[in-house]
Amino acid sequence: MKPAQSINRGDVLLEVENVSLRFGGVKAITDVSFDIRKGEIRAIIGPNGAGKTSMLNCINGFYHPQEGRISYRGVKREAMRPYVAASQGIARTFQNVALFKGMSTLDNIMVGRTLKMTSPFFWQLWRHGPALREEVEHRKFVEEIIDFLEIEHIRKVPVGKLPYGLQKRVELGRALAMQPELLLLDEPMAGMNLEEKEDMCRFILDVSSQYGTTIALIEHDMGVVMDLSDRVVVLEYGRKIADGTPDVVKADQKVIDAYLGVGH
Amino acid sequence: MTRTPAQGLDTFPKWIAHHAKVRPQRPAMRFKDLGIWREWTWSQIASFVRAYAIGLQDIGLKRGDKIAIVGSNRPKLYWSIMAAQSLGAIPVPVYADAVADEMAYVLDHAEVAVAAVQDQEQVDKLISIKDRVPSLGHILYDEPRGLRDYDHTKLHPIDAIIERGSAILKEGPDVAARFEKAVAESKGDEISIILYTSGTTGRSKGVMLTAAGCINAASDSAKFDGLTERDEVIAYLPLAWVGDHYLNYAQQMVVGFCVNCPESPETAVLDRREIGTTYAFAPPRVFEGMLTSIMIRMEDAGWLKQKMFHHFLGVAKKWGEKILNGQSVPFGARLHYGLGEFLVYGPLKNVLGLSSIRIGYTAGEAIGPELFAFFRSIGLNLKQLYGQTEAFLLVTAQPDGQIRADTVGPVMPNVELQISGDGEVLYKSPGMFKGYYKEPEKTAETMTADGYVKTGDAGFLDATGHLKIIDRIKDVGKLKSGAMFAPKYVENKLKFFPNIKEAVAFGQDRDFVTCFINIDMTAMGNWAERNNVAYASYQELAGNTQVYDIIKGHVDEVNRSLAGEPMMAASQIRRFLILHKELDADDGEMTRTQKVRRSFVAERYAPLIDGLYTGADAADISTQVTFEDGRKGVISARVKIVDLTPAPVAAAQGKAA
Repeated sequence: MKPAQSINRGDVLLEVENVSLRFGGVKAITDVSFDIRKGEIRAIIGPNGAGKTSMLNCINGFYHPQEGRISYRGVKREAMRPYVAASQGIARTFQNVALFKGMSTLDNIMVGRTLKMTSPFFWQLWRHGPALREEVEHRKFVEEIIDFLEIEHIRKVPVGKLPYGLQKRVELGRALAMQPELLLLDEPMAGMNLEEKEDMCRFILDVSSQYGTTIALIEHDMGVVMDLSDRVVVLEYGRKIADGTPDVVKADQKVIDAYLGVGH
Repeated sequence: MTRTPAQGLDTFPKWIAHHAKVRPQRPAMRFKDLGIWREWTWSQIASFVRAYAIGLQDIGLKRGDKIAIVGSNRPKLYWSIMAAQSLGAIPVPVYADAVADEMAYVLDHAEVAVAAVQDQEQVDKLISIKDRVPSLGHILYDEPRGLRDYDHTKLHPIDAIIERGSAILKEGPDVAARFEKAVAESKGDEISIILYTSGTTGRSKGVMLTAAGCINAASDSAKFDGLTERDEVIAYLPLAWVGDHYLNYAQQMVVGFCVNCPESPETAVLDRREIGTTYAFAPPRVFEGMLTSIMIRMEDAGWLKQKMFHHFLGVAKKWGEKILNGQSVPFGARLHYGLGEFLVYGPLKNVLGLSSIRIGYTAGEAIGPELFAFFRSIGLNLKQLYGQTEAFLLVTAQPDGQIRADTVGPVMPNVELQISGDGEVLYKSPGMFKGYYKEPEKTAETMTADGYVKTGDAGFLDATGHLKIIDRIKDVGKLKSGAMFAPKYVENKLKFFPNIKEAVAFGQDRDFVTCFINIDMTAMGNWAERNNVAYASYQELAGNTQVYDIIKGHVDEVNRSLAGEPMMAASQIRRFLILHKELDADDGEMTRTQKVRRSFVAERYAPLIDGLYTGADAADISTQVTFEDGRKGVISARVKIVDLTPAPVAAAQGKAA
């Protein structure tokens, strides 16, 4: 599963072809195809139950579609587990914050470095020698993320005590700690107030420009989606109904009908 | 008139050189970056500043040029001030949260040539106002994040300027020699900084201060409080505020102590705790925030801890201030207090990061006596001062042992103070300003014929020589009898009661003083809950007889305290009412910064004021209100009015004023 070739900005990083996903008789996703290009911000939108989160779950290997194929870096993926996707450079955040509530912000973000830790178990157990040196390196990286996300003041606070908007930021921090090539964000701004949303938008843009990370995000706030993303794919009842730049999608009659309803 | 500071060190660059020689290895500055405290010694600072100054010279900064400093408390921004002063250029710190418009006005008015800023946010702001500030050339920044793709022809990282300076220094020894000669030749009577006032009344004005003046003022107060090179302070006040330049720059320079820059404004409390600062300066709302957070957290504490907390707080209330003031206290009480220190006060101060504080000042606005007493009783040496940007801060300050909540202390050494005929406080101070930049007519307005500065504040010296500030002089009116009426003074006294949220006093050209009161819903609601008083709305609770009784008790107490002050005795409140709705910015009754718009309120509630002065025992009112969602409605009510008997005036001096 080594990368087949080097991928340049603008090349297809991940391709979804004719994917269908069923849970028993329920069709969550039907015959959806789209691609995500290196370096872009790609939004997946659609009404509730359209299959957006299922799509993300397919991409990071949590669900396995019955039909169709997903290729990452030009290589078709077999059915795999999420941690394999993670080690390939796909990180994600969750719709409902999924942090370790009793652990501090710092520790939560350190968890994101787990896959990068290489020192032997024995040394890690004693936190000594190579393990300590390695941890110092990782800590430095994590501190840069803390600085980047401006969460210095909650470094040592257990995340369970934090307001929702900050928890979301910590979760983004944990995903960034993996130094992902593709970052999946599931409703990064749900339940936030305007100011928190503006902050989050700025962080997402900064992640994209500073680290060159490719970002796929699900979001309900249309204003945010249209401002942030380079391209938008629209799902409804598990099917793709539109795909293109924000302007194209905004003008699409099918999208308008899906969001505003059709007059009868 | 100006005296030369000790050892001929009359400019800040000379002091930097002095410290580099006398205490090269002492820490001068720390900054927490990426979670680690980084430290710079005086000798490091001196060499950085030298390289930085030479780099600045290389990009064209000349003697007399202005350099804007924008951002939070970062070492590199302080170095920018030092480097600019080394060249004889004049730093102009600007409030970092100023919107682009305000910033454009200040930068254009000051004709800044270069700007040193913290980050992308500020760079963006400057770029957006660039065509309104034609004099602005280069922009320097500290944090590179997000700025990589910007056009760098006139934009440089501060580090690059320092490197450029170091490279030039390597070219030959004469560069350094020239620099040192320029520093040695700098003069104390030159303008060393321009601080723009925050501009509560109209446009902000640029206060020009001289180096020697700043140094003299800072030396006087450093001696007053016995500051040493071992003191530690944390720099979290806005750079553009005189308090920051005073404490974290001028006093640091004359004493040589270490200034610690927090990671971000939000981490200041945590960082203060890590450093263990010994000397601090904060507006009352900082202390208020601390007290509230303690009280809320104690509510959640266990039974034993709560009991212990309240018991020892009682002990502290009784003895703490006396012990701090060095008065004689029975041995048993001392022992009891000592136990409290071990079990409660010590840990409490530790959590707040106040364990090592020797001297703490509060200034900026009036502090509630209970708040003040609380912190003093747990052993924090909190004091009050009174000052102004134009004075280079200190006019009066409380020396150790002479602390009272209601005064701002006696006159500082080397300051001359006068009270004018109409009650205005006038002063001459060692750090006194040279004038407002480019506004000689405003400077002239502020000065008296014999060279005193007018503060615009009304005040008086009490029997012990302590200054009491009443109000802004333009807000001070007169009763019909001619006695002084200072509404804010009365209102502040009322507002210090937690049950009273807002008060509006009337009395201008009237026979006596009356007052509107807003109860505090949190405090009174809490009381209602505990006493099984049922209510459905603010209006209902405000009209409750028991609530009226409680508030009447508070107003009586205020009257007693006013009766004890000869100048204020006539301002006792004769009649008051509790408003049926809370004053609200949405209805235009307050400003967005929560200050009451007195004349608007007077107009809107005219029927109530009539009621207060006609002797009726109730008045009817109906007012339009705006709901959160923008809808409008009408609240009508019958508001009860309460009569009070004034307290007897204590002193025989009778009506002064």
